[in-house]
Amino acid sequence: MALDPANIGKEFPPTSTYLVGREKVREFARAVSETASISNDLNAARAAGYSDLVAPVTFPIVITLEMMGEQVTSPEVGVDWSRVVHGDQRFAFTKPVVAGMELKSTTVIEDIKSMAGNDIITLRGDLREVGGDLVCQVWTSLVVRGEAA
Amino acid sequence: MSLNHEVGTQLPEIAIHVTRADLIRYAGASGDLNIIHWNDRTATAVGLPGVIAHGMFTMGQAINVVTRYFGSAANVVDYQCRFTRPVVVPDDDEGALVTFGGKIAALNDDGTVRVDITATFEGKTVLAKAIALVKVA
Repeated sequence: MALDPANIGKEFPPTSTYLVGREKVREFARAVSETASISNDLNAARAAGYSDLVAPVTFPIVITLEMMGEQVTSPEVGVDWSRVVHGDQRFAFTKPVVAGMELKSTTVIEDIKSMAGNDIITLRGDLREVGGDLVCQVWTSLVVRGEAA
Repeated sequence: MSLNHEVGTQLPEIAIHVTRADLIRYAGASGDLNIIHWNDRTATAVGLPGVIAHGMFTMGQAINVVTRYFGSAANVVDYQCRFTRPVVVPDDDEGALVTFGGKIAALNDDGTVRVDITATFEGKTVLAKAIALVKVA
């Protein structure tokens, strides 16, 4: 069943906050082989001018992917998660994500289109520090394979 | 170390052997527990050749070409890619060989350097339009 383009522009406000943990940053850095000292060594991060470990570039996906999954599989949007393939991904930073930051995310459905029997839904997550500053924007395009595919 | 920011500069390649253990570590660290990334039975049931790497695992590894050259994740202000082909990870000790490369493609007026990243598995590209913008000024 095709997704309804009427949901373009639909916004999901933050429901909770995400506290970036120092050990989570370290764990994620190890999982993506990010060996930079500012992501692994607290003293090095502080010497470089950061309050704590700097998260690897793709870390925001930890915050957004599961949340977006829950949002698009809601009955009003209707994505069948078992048919989802990750199509495109982008991160744009206003500043680096640093351990200790408390972030909240607003998701917007930027686009829904059909191509070759598949639906493509593009979501943007705006990650802001509690208090207001935009930290990172996260775009995720999901390809929802059609019934025939 | 002084870095060469000339357009056309090739960044040092990184080659990794991706094993099932790497995927399980990534699943745990990222919270992406999708079964196709660790269970052959489920992966083949949905038409895949076998267990495949998380696209985000590959994207996360590919940016190391940039962060190791420029020294830090903190200077990457933009990073994007398209996932074009799965990396099939066999259940053995050697894993799947994936090779990452990068080339300085442009020096932008806003003080960023554009790096075009490549990711290759079995001779074919697995990430398209993989582009990072790095703040150097």
